[in-house]
Amino acid sequence: MAAWLGDLYWTYQNVVVALGVNGLLALSMYVVLAAGQLSLGQAAFMGLGAYSSALMTLTLGWPFWIVLPASCVAPVAFALAVGGPTLRLSGVYLAIATIGLGEVLRAVYLNVDALGGALGLSGIPEQASPGVIFAVLAAALAVLWLVGRSGTGRAMEALREDATAAQAMGIDVGRVRLAVLVASAVLAGLAGALSAHATDFIGPNDFGFEPAVTILSFALLGGIGSPFGPVLGAWVLTLLPEVFRGFADLRLVLDGLVIVLAVLFLPRGLLAWRMPRKAA
Amino acid sequence: MLAQQLVNGILLGATYALFALGFTLMFGVLRVINLVYGFYFTAGAFVALWLTQAGFPLVLALPAAAVGAGAIAVVLDAVLLTRLRRTKADELSSLMVTLGAVLALYAGMAAWLGPDIRRLRPGLVGSGALDLWGLRVTVAQLLILAASGVLVGALLWLVRGTRLGLAIRAMAEKPDAAALMGINTAGLAATVSFISGALAGAGGVLIGLNFNAIHPYMGEQMMLRGFVVVIVGGLGDIFGALLAGLLLGVVEVLTAGYLASGLKEAVGFAILVAVLWTRPAGLFGRTDVRRA
Amino acid sequence: MADAEEGRVTLLATSGLIRRYAGLLAVDGVDLAVPEGGVHAVIGPNGAGKTTLFNLVSGLVAPSAGTIMFAGADVTRLAADRRARLGIARTFQNIRVFGAMTLLENALTGLHPLLTSSLVGIVARLPRFRREERQAVARAREALALVGLQAREGERAAALSYGDQRRLEIARAMAGGPRLLLLDEPAAGMNPAETVGLGALIRRIVDAGTTVLVVEHDMRFVMALSDSVTVLNFGRRIFSGPPAEARADPGVIEAYLGAKVAARLAAR
Repeated sequence: MAAWLGDLYWTYQNVVVALGVNGLLALSMYVVLAAGQLSLGQAAFMGLGAYSSALMTLTLGWPFWIVLPASCVAPVAFALAVGGPTLRLSGVYLAIATIGLGEVLRAVYLNVDALGGALGLSGIPEQASPGVIFAVLAAALAVLWLVGRSGTGRAMEALREDATAAQAMGIDVGRVRLAVLVASAVLAGLAGALSAHATDFIGPNDFGFEPAVTILSFALLGGIGSPFGPVLGAWVLTLLPEVFRGFADLRLVLDGLVIVLAVLFLPRGLLAWRMPRKAA
Repeated sequence: MLAQQLVNGILLGATYALFALGFTLMFGVLRVINLVYGFYFTAGAFVALWLTQAGFPLVLALPAAAVGAGAIAVVLDAVLLTRLRRTKADELSSLMVTLGAVLALYAGMAAWLGPDIRRLRPGLVGSGALDLWGLRVTVAQLLILAASGVLVGALLWLVRGTRLGLAIRAMAEKPDAAALMGINTAGLAATVSFISGALAGAGGVLIGLNFNAIHPYMGEQMMLRGFVVVIVGGLGDIFGALLAGLLLGVVEVLTAGYLASGLKEAVGFAILVAVLWTRPAGLFGRTDVRRA
Repeated sequence: MADAEEGRVTLLATSGLIRRYAGLLAVDGVDLAVPEGGVHAVIGPNGAGKTTLFNLVSGLVAPSAGTIMFAGADVTRLAADRRARLGIARTFQNIRVFGAMTLLENALTGLHPLLTSSLVGIVARLPRFRREERQAVARAREALALVGLQAREGERAAALSYGDQRRLEIARAMAGGPRLLLLDEPAAGMNPAETVGLGALIRRIVDAGTTVLVVEHDMRFVMALSDSVTVLNFGRRIFSGPPAEARADPGVIEAYLGAKVAARLAAR
């Protein structure tokens, strides 16, 4: 009886953590898509946040309230290195470079002993409670909502609609693109640190190609008219495999098909509502 | 020792070049970063695996795998991209569609066949090795080099020396003008898809032979090399891809030999990022860089 | 702005401007001098290099050679967004409004350079952010009123008719109060009534103190409106002066009508 209850609690807690972390990842994808960019580095940024934060906790013994913000440093550094040169180029370069980043980092995690190799890192103290995770998610949503309803939000949407016209309006295209990529890296880095400190284990395959594509499916299913769409998409795609248990094997097939169908037939997503772009 | 490393690197690089050629051709002509490309590679390797298991010799299995992968490419291109081409959707939309599709295909294949690594029947090619001026070259490596050379030569002849190649180049330059001049662009898109898919499929067989490891996600792991080769060579540049492929093979072998084998992917990627910072049009700078 | 009355201060000057495209000289050594105030037109047959000249001036295309001076400063190497901040605004030949955004939001993007709040200011809704946003909305509404679209500020731009989208583009460009407005074929695709309205709108813009440089195909529209005309042909400047003289200039007639017709007209 107690064991059964315990199992239920475990399952429940994992799903709750996944809802929060995936919501953050969806927002990390949203900020770049909302400005007309396609970065597929979210899983890589998440991995950098997860590994760097785990090392800060395990080997340096830093307290979690320092580790959490510090987990953004490595993702942002890589975002600048990979995104910096591609911002003036056509969007395909950023997409390619960021997919490549994910693949490379997986190879690095696998082959560097200090990072645990194929076994990954375990024994990370569970310092990120669901309360902390959802507080971060709520804060991220609030910031994106407020920034979305400002000149910066209008600049992002203008860039997505027509980068040339946006530039002729005095919008510094490179600056906005770099800013959204950094924001994306920060959100994904936080998601990585929170997930590492909520599940006690991280491994090299948690941050490769499949999670990168899955994160895109969150945003495209939900729609990018407002920051709420991607979170909704993340929750639907996180809960579906839980509801249909026999279906778990085909979860990635579903995520992939969601992208294909959303782009072809549902370009505005489940939540088609578009947020207004001026402050109240 | 260094000479042996260089030979190994060039042989490895030939397969990378072969893999990347179809990818860069597809981008150059169809303006699509088609990530399903990695699946054609996997598909080619599996077709050859099944045919050789059924007892067919490699000389039959290799072309059959290329044709099979090419046919799959034609079907998937039509299903995924026709609608986007008609509505003139942007490059990122087609990239996202192929990204979602390839994940579904890999995952579906892994769910169907299991993720285990399969091996080709031993003795498919001679297991011997030749001693050329003190350098050891296996029969498999020679076969890979010969097949890569033939396929690359055939592609170059096709693009440079035939009427079909002329139409392909016209479409790469100005698709709308090509359509006006009576070129059947839909048919040409299918043809280019077939050629690219066939190159990927052949690459899958040859690399499957080289490493003797065939599994659903093998194409995904190859895509990283594909990215490095096409960007270092210049997106859409066939000759560039050829040179960059050989270069990447040599760099990987030297990295594994003198630094650490775990770093070889990272070194290739570092080259990609360095090229993006300094020469976004590719190391050889023959294509126009595509600015936003 | 006080100089506008005198109309003798040069606002925009290009010298020796060249833009090469794969063996073709789209703009071939053009010298252009636009005084502050008034309407100035660049005309010429198709392929004369008019739109390329606009792209060079607004910074969307980099010149192969030559210099561009704006309000006394060399802007040749400045990016388009920096030039917009200095007061060069433009519209596009093929309309480029932000279709998913409302009319008011479109006009607000034209005010982007005036918004200076930091991320903290935006998120905390600090007083400066509120003030800037309030002022921007007021100015965006003025710009919509200028073109007569103020009643429809909440509609999506993509839902507007073709002529209204052109007017919205002008409002978006005018919202920030530019010193120079570049209009790229503003009358293209408009019916006669809309063209008359456009002429009146351009007059209002000039009277409010903005210099207008217009590229046009429609000779009649330009001649009635402009204070000076520059004629391009095959990337070269073949005439510069008052519109009445342009109409009588043999080189201009030849460029527009072909050598045969020009010869017949001259013989008459």
